[in-house]
Amino acid sequence: MSTRLKEMLVVAVMTVFFVIMYWGKVDGWMTGFQFSFGLSMTVVALIVVSLLVILYLTLQGKMIGRRVVFLYVGISVTLPFFMSLSQQIKISPEVQTLYDGIAELPPGSVVLSAFDYDPPSAPELQPMAESFFRYCFNNDLKVIVIGLWPQGPQQANMAIEKVMLDESIAAKNLQYGIDYVNLGFQTGNEFVIQRMGSDFKSMFPTDYSGTPYDELPLVKNVKNFSNIDYGFNFSAGYPGTVEWVQVAVDRYGLKMGAGNTAVQAPQCYPYIRSGQLIGILGGMNGAAEFELLTGTVGKGTKFMLSQSFAHMIVIAFIIIGNVAYFRGGRKRKL
Amino acid sequence: MKRQIPLFITFFVGTLLILSVFIPPMETLGEDFTLFFDIIAVFAFFLGGGNLVRVHVTKLMKRKPDWGFSIVTLVGFAFILAAGLFKIGNPGDIASSVTAEGSWFQESFNYILNPLQSTMYALLAFFVASASYRAFRAKNREATILLVAAFIILLGRTPFGMALTAWIPESFSIFQIPNLAIWIMNSPNLAGQRAIMIGIGLGVVSMSLRLILGIERTYLGDDRA
Repeated sequence: MSTRLKEMLVVAVMTVFFVIMYWGKVDGWMTGFQFSFGLSMTVVALIVVSLLVILYLTLQGKMIGRRVVFLYVGISVTLPFFMSLSQQIKISPEVQTLYDGIAELPPGSVVLSAFDYDPPSAPELQPMAESFFRYCFNNDLKVIVIGLWPQGPQQANMAIEKVMLDESIAAKNLQYGIDYVNLGFQTGNEFVIQRMGSDFKSMFPTDYSGTPYDELPLVKNVKNFSNIDYGFNFSAGYPGTVEWVQVAVDRYGLKMGAGNTAVQAPQCYPYIRSGQLIGILGGMNGAAEFELLTGTVGKGTKFMLSQSFAHMIVIAFIIIGNVAYFRGGRKRKL
Repeated sequence: MKRQIPLFITFFVGTLLILSVFIPPMETLGEDFTLFFDIIAVFAFFLGGGNLVRVHVTKLMKRKPDWGFSIVTLVGFAFILAAGLFKIGNPGDIASSVTAEGSWFQESFNYILNPLQSTMYALLAFFVASASYRAFRAKNREATILLVAAFIILLGRTPFGMALTAWIPESFSIFQIPNLAIWIMNSPNLAGQRAIMIGIGLGVVSMSLRLILGIERTYLGDDRA
């Protein structure tokens, strides 16, 4: 069988698999489908044994191809969704301080949330956004959404729609324009933040759907950052948390926390120690920690198991790769 | 003259923007100047769009390798542009929001752009794992330190990492892997990031001064400077 035929076969099998999964989700029979604890542990044991076999083969000088690595990553990401296993989440200091900062806000406080990310970063940042909105709405905080990334406000809308389905929040009968507002996207990166320092309206004359700024009760009295009690930035790169800290925090004294992708989070740690950021949620782990603190089980907690399995697989293959490297006299390429 | 005018504009605007930060009465002037960025960005959008079309039409006409992808690019570009400009499929009239629920623009975001971008990014997991397997080696002392740090950070985020060192008594809890991961992020990482930030800051100051004073002229297409 030629390589091209094999690849097409894999694509066909994967397509059928995903169509079945999607059908199951839409039809409802997929919901609640879970392995028992025993079966989950058996699957884990089988994966571990197969990795040990690969390690043994490597010691024998037989290398595995990258497609095998792909297969293991695929398995490690998808199977945990069906497993009856849970993961202990440890609260890190930066997430605790961020939560404490938000918890201090009295009901009615105005919170500015900047959505500076797009769909690729949504698996990490969307769970944060959902639990953040959930907390704000449950605690009667008023939320103003803006975006320095074109797709940011749309991500915010998706999170709000999801959170509005919660019974406790639906019961509050929150009104757009009074309890929350989405001012949409504005181009200009850090210059937008700078101009917001003197006048929000000059940057956002209308909201996301074209309603004039002055017709929105929540924001018509919001002139600049001095009318904002807390800022929260969801960021996946530039413009993002660094720019918000440099302009909104340093020049205008905004009290701010941030949620970043795991890749970007290490860059923002200096701002926590210096007190420029109240705290930070780093990647999916940060999202899961925030969910634990706010007492909700959301996507962050659910996806953590998959991420942890993927991490373990990466660790296992790094070990196997290094064994091959030393076994092959440090010359052999994989 | 062709060089002097741009140099003068750079000197004038740069000096003004620096002064606007330090002299409060000039603050609003500095902010007004930032509007120019928006105006220039509008031209950049036209230039960017025009350039995209030109590059792909040329590729298509000359039947260069992978010209088929250019058709997809051009059709996608034209479709989204038309859906956004003419509000195709919008439940309201032409004055309604471009992102109104049900509009072709919004539907394209929800059902085309969103899944496509997510899929592209999700593929990274596979390539990162494969690259780690093939290239992440303890080749020398520096690489070994990096490897050990990566191990601790990765393990510190997993239940296995927690279980592995849970037996260590509380008085030595710093040696538990999750705590070691936190320490790496809060100490060595912090120090490294600060050094990088200070370096970048000094570099930006130096480059800005070179631009304002006309020493750096490569942006004018003059690479002799």
